[in-house]
Amino acid sequence: MMPTLTLLNKKQRALIVTILAIVFLMIVIVIGVVLDKESISTNLKHRNASPTFEHPFGTDWLGRDMFSRTFMGISLSIGVGLIGAFGSTLIATILGVISATMGKTADRIVSWLIDLFLSVPHLVTLILIAFTFGGGFKGIVIGIALTHWPSLARIIRAEVMQIRSAEFVQISRKMGKSSWWIATKHIFPHILPQILVGFMLLFPHAILHEAAVTFLGLGLSPHEPAIGIILSESMKYLSAGMWWLAFFPGLCLLFIVRTFDMLGENIRILMDINIDHK
Amino acid sequence: MQLRTQNIAFRYGKEPWLFKNVNFTVDPGEIVGLVGPSGYGKTTFCRILAGYEVPNKGSVTLNGRPIKSKRKGYHPVQLVFQHPEKAINPRWKMGKVLNEGWQPDQQLLDALGIEEEWLTRFPNELSGGELQRFCVARALGPDTRYLIADEMTTMLDAITQAQIWKAVLKIAEQREMGIIVVSHEVNLIQQLCHRVIEIDHLNT
Repeated sequence: MMPTLTLLNKKQRALIVTILAIVFLMIVIVIGVVLDKESISTNLKHRNASPTFEHPFGTDWLGRDMFSRTFMGISLSIGVGLIGAFGSTLIATILGVISATMGKTADRIVSWLIDLFLSVPHLVTLILIAFTFGGGFKGIVIGIALTHWPSLARIIRAEVMQIRSAEFVQISRKMGKSSWWIATKHIFPHILPQILVGFMLLFPHAILHEAAVTFLGLGLSPHEPAIGIILSESMKYLSAGMWWLAFFPGLCLLFIVRTFDMLGENIRILMDINIDHK
Repeated sequence: MQLRTQNIAFRYGKEPWLFKNVNFTVDPGEIVGLVGPSGYGKTTFCRILAGYEVPNKGSVTLNGRPIKSKRKGYHPVQLVFQHPEKAINPRWKMGKVLNEGWQPDQQLLDALGIEEEWLTRFPNELSGGELQRFCVARALGPDTRYLIADEMTTMLDAITQAQIWKAVLKIAEQREMGIIVVSHEVNLIQQLCHRVIEIDHLNT
């Protein structure tokens, strides 16, 4: 055995990072929810103030506190991401399982659908769908749910097909176990990590796409404190030297997306049976 | 409860016939050895007997009645695979693996040398030989009429082989269970079997 300097093994480290990431996200959401709507009301006395203790992220051209706007925007983005990613994961799971278990015709139809959606860039379909549903929160969420499933569906399909033909599943059948029993006891526990990790990795995608579509003006309505709106509005003022309008919200968005990415990666490590508790 | 194959023929897809017109019977309590070079269809034949594959022609019958491959319930012909690590769900603890088909009693566990503390471990924390004991125990359910041992003890050392076969033979004798042994080890086959079949004879 090699003498190890680290006190914790890989899984313990992953667990700590996961907990920290969840706590961090919780705090962000709580701040966003608790913050008073008053603080983003127009206050023309404090227009265009650079960051101070009173306004850590500065204020914009209407005197609204950027700290409050940023955190409210991020809470909203997390909400959109959560619902959108959940919808997407649900679609991916259902279609993946259908195509792997219900015969060749079903497989062909689902594979065709996956290829169809993958052949068009996400953002284009997302804009089209969001526009069709009239934009706003509903349009964005439906758009994200309907565009982000194909790659995850493909992974789940492959995974189910592989497990279905595994020797221990064949043996289970010969032990007289029903298809339902095998599906819940053998197959589902195997694809659950894929689903969870897929969900987590969809999240940053969903948030970034939400911000992108909103930035383009096809998403959430302008009076809502969304990150995409903050960024697109700040464009006009950047040349006037008001760097804090874009810098802090952008940095926060980056942090949040990175945290979700880390969370997905660490959950994968936690659920990987090939990494043992050494 | 005679296990019999009548004129079975098998091939994978459109490939050439692996074997044709195979007639083969095993009586209860009989131990039959199956030897032959690699790639001659020994494993495929075992899979057909245990209902994992359906022959293209002919039928497999138990006591005169055909065994349907889609039948519900415990299959009376149980196959023990060559690679235990593939035959066990890597996400299950060994206790759950052991009790999947039936609840083996302590006597059987002792006979096969399965230790109490292994039951709370995961498959990747046990060696291949230790895992194979679980596969054997799992396949020896009360409704097993025939056991097919496809290279069952190939990866084990001589002492463990002897221990496992001793336990299996004892149970086979008690229950009048038939066994089909596939192995490359001539000594083992000679020790165990009442009758030995060379696979190229199957190939007629």
